[in-house]
Amino acid sequence: MFPYLIRRLIGAVLMLLLVSLVTFGIFFWLPKLAGQTTDQIAAGYVGKAPTAEAIQDTKERLGLDKPVVVQYGEYLKAIVVGKDYKAGPVTDHCPAPCLGYSYRSSQPVLETLLDRAPATASLAFGAAVVWLVGGITTGVVSALRRGSLWDRTAMIIALSGVSLPIYFTGLVSLALFSYTFKIFPGGGSYLPITTNPVTWFQSLVLPWVTLAFLYAAMYARLTRAGMLETMNEDYIRTARAKGLPEKTVVTKHALRASLTPILTIFGLDLGLLLGGAVLTENTFGIPGLGQLAITSINGGDLPMVLGITLITATSIVVINLIVDLLYAVVDPRVRLS
Amino acid sequence: MRPIAVFAAGVVAAAGLAACGGGDSGSGSGSGPGYNAGVNEVVNKSDKKGGTLKLAESDDFDSPDPGNTYYAYSQNIARQYGRGLTTFKPAAGKESLEVIPDLATDLGTSSDGGKTWTYKLRTGVKFDDGTTVTSKDVKYAVERSNFSSELQSGPKYFKQYLVDNKPAYKGPYEDKSDEGLKSIETPDDQTIVFHLKEPFAEFDYLVAMSQTMPVPKAKDTGLKYETSIVSSGPYKVDNYTRGKSMTLSRNPHWNQSTDPIRKALPDKIEIQLKQNADDIDQRLLAGSLDMDMAGVGVQSGTQPKVLTDAQKPYVDNPVQGFLRFMSLNVHVKPLNNVHCRIAVQYATDKVAAQTAYGGPLAGGDIATTVLPPSVDGYTKFDLYPQKQAAGGNGLDEATMNKAKEELKACGQPNGFSTKISARSDRPKEVAMAQAIQQSLAKVGIKVDLVQFPAGDYFSKYVGVPKYVHEHGVGMMIMAWAADWPTGYGFLAQIAHGDAIKPSGGNNLAELDDPKVNEGLDAAIANPDKAARMKAYGEVDKLIMGTATEVPLVYAKALMYRPKRVTNAGITYAYGGMYDYLNMGVE
Repeated sequence: MFPYLIRRLIGAVLMLLLVSLVTFGIFFWLPKLAGQTTDQIAAGYVGKAPTAEAIQDTKERLGLDKPVVVQYGEYLKAIVVGKDYKAGPVTDHCPAPCLGYSYRSSQPVLETLLDRAPATASLAFGAAVVWLVGGITTGVVSALRRGSLWDRTAMIIALSGVSLPIYFTGLVSLALFSYTFKIFPGGGSYLPITTNPVTWFQSLVLPWVTLAFLYAAMYARLTRAGMLETMNEDYIRTARAKGLPEKTVVTKHALRASLTPILTIFGLDLGLLLGGAVLTENTFGIPGLGQLAITSINGGDLPMVLGITLITATSIVVINLIVDLLYAVVDPRVRLS
Repeated sequence: MRPIAVFAAGVVAAAGLAACGGGDSGSGSGSGPGYNAGVNEVVNKSDKKGGTLKLAESDDFDSPDPGNTYYAYSQNIARQYGRGLTTFKPAAGKESLEVIPDLATDLGTSSDGGKTWTYKLRTGVKFDDGTTVTSKDVKYAVERSNFSSELQSGPKYFKQYLVDNKPAYKGPYEDKSDEGLKSIETPDDQTIVFHLKEPFAEFDYLVAMSQTMPVPKAKDTGLKYETSIVSSGPYKVDNYTRGKSMTLSRNPHWNQSTDPIRKALPDKIEIQLKQNADDIDQRLLAGSLDMDMAGVGVQSGTQPKVLTDAQKPYVDNPVQGFLRFMSLNVHVKPLNNVHCRIAVQYATDKVAAQTAYGGPLAGGDIATTVLPPSVDGYTKFDLYPQKQAAGGNGLDEATMNKAKEELKACGQPNGFSTKISARSDRPKEVAMAQAIQQSLAKVGIKVDLVQFPAGDYFSKYVGVPKYVHEHGVGMMIMAWAADWPTGYGFLAQIAHGDAIKPSGGNNLAELDDPKVNEGLDAAIANPDKAARMKAYGEVDKLIMGTATEVPLVYAKALMYRPKRVTNAGITYAYGGMYDYLNMGVE
């Protein structure tokens, strides 16, 4: 178990290094390959009608005039030893692990990410609970009552859930439940749990349900298929023959075996969501990592994009590790080696 | 063009929906103040203090630092936490173009033939930390915003017009001398004197920019100042988090007796950033939000909703202060011949272009001049009049014949071929280009459409003369808004020969006409305002005479003012959005 963990952690660090290298290459090196000069890149960070002098100053300030390899080296160095940043009359120190400074806000990237992460985590974990409970329950019941009216209705709803985009379901739910019936607060009402737990909860109900609707639909279909397959296995017949109650047969034997593929997908989904639920955050005006990602990509805020990419990659790597460990718990046939 | 105009174009274009209905101007049968009531009059006038004014927008400031911003709405709202030497009159319509003293006791006194400008500051004005505002704080604000290598988001007019040090002044972050920029003098705490290279009669407009809002040197943190702004206005900035929000509350050290133009009505101003644009509209209609701060009008999907009888009395449809037009490059053959350009002027179906952009309400009014009606110096004229055919099938025979005659005159009786450019990520602009393409084809002018991303449009493609010449891009669509609302503020960057740059320029036609240049130079040196305004109209006619610019539409937007908002009026000074200076809530 312990050597396995160590191996996995070393692999994770190498993976993150690779992700940072690829992201860096895409953003810093590809534009040059496509024929963009550093002047043109720098012009994007200057106001209207930039002068040559303004472009030169900006290039020097952001280090864009250095070779890409040197820039990457400085990026890694900042992670290890920190970085000083001259903002004009003041110099700011960003301690290790420093992911650099935003090209747009001049704030340390990590500070901004940590400020945004709780909103995204609130959204992701809350929605995960809703979709796991809703999706798996629906899937199990549908599988057990295959072909019934319940089954067909549930699968039609699931199909629409998978098909309808979040910016549609989100805006419709806001129009109905916030602006017409006034049950839940409108967009942009999110407050951190530490500021006001009641508002935090109220403002997240619609985003949770909207996001979960999409995932629950996928999970219901996945669970149903898994359960249908498992219920025909010999060991289920054996369990029933032993006289076990149906509830025990379903939950302890059938569902447990069906959970393995769901767990795999769940790990990936949750990991990705922790990097930002882009559409949901934008639709409901939740200041999370997803919204920040879009803003940073549009604004060419490369250090911020790099930071978000690393956070997402880290989430996926860590959650996958947890999922791999959980396999052994869920399925007795799996042994870690 | 102003980034806000760029942004506006982008936002409106992003929705990419078809034209609204016709240009109906009925007042709606609802019981509100009336359709277009806020265009020329301040609506729902009130002096009632209290409450929270709630603003939101779908994007973010370039920076809320008054010394590091270019956006129009940013300059508009900055007046709540900063006082420039002058500002624009809090009024609606034409009256809002009047520049009035703010931190200064009066408008500038010019001497030395218009090269020296002196302002006296009001006494008793304090920052939110209780310290007194002096002329040195204004000088420092101008130095940091125009000469430092760090703050690069705002305009650099002061750097362009003020006499420089020898060797060149590098801004207060590098040059630690007490003297700083020698051409700004502060003989005492209440006096500030600017020395310019050339006579400049509209200096009062320049100092209305947020860059003259005082900044105390001891509290300046450069690029980080946007999160720790020191206020000289009626509200202090409690917090600003990029991409999230900004909160303002009353500045306890602001004194009404030093500020004759501000009412300072709300107790708090809350600004939410990066909100969903469609949701912003829903919240405005539901009454849970007071204003879309960006001031670019409602989204396409909301337009039918606000034009219902119940809502229409709360809608304004102002001219937005910017012109959508097509530049014809004078070095791309055969457009180097004026008659070929005049042929294009006649053969471009402006109604089709207007429809492609969203129709009369959301697209704009048909334009015949370079200066829009909301700019001081606008004169109405039409050198190339067009008529629509009776069946609604494009231009009529007479107009087409005029175009054909001009084609003969330029030696291209069967038409010619060239390229037209538009921004690929602005569907409405592309649609406009396609409409023009179709109308020109009717007289034999074959145009290929080329598209470039907005981000590189000026810096890499159409703003680079070498690229334009090599690739034969004869026609380029763009939009433009004035940095200050006069003929010079509008025309200098797009029509003066000095504005031709190797890249990133906005004079896409590469117009370098001695009469136009002289007209602009003479006007800006003329202290007589009435004569200046008259001259701008004449320069506009000269430009149209060269046929290098094809005005398409004076941009318009559908603006919504919720019922509870008080003192809502459209200000032309900030590009046709609502004036935030004295806005309050019922």
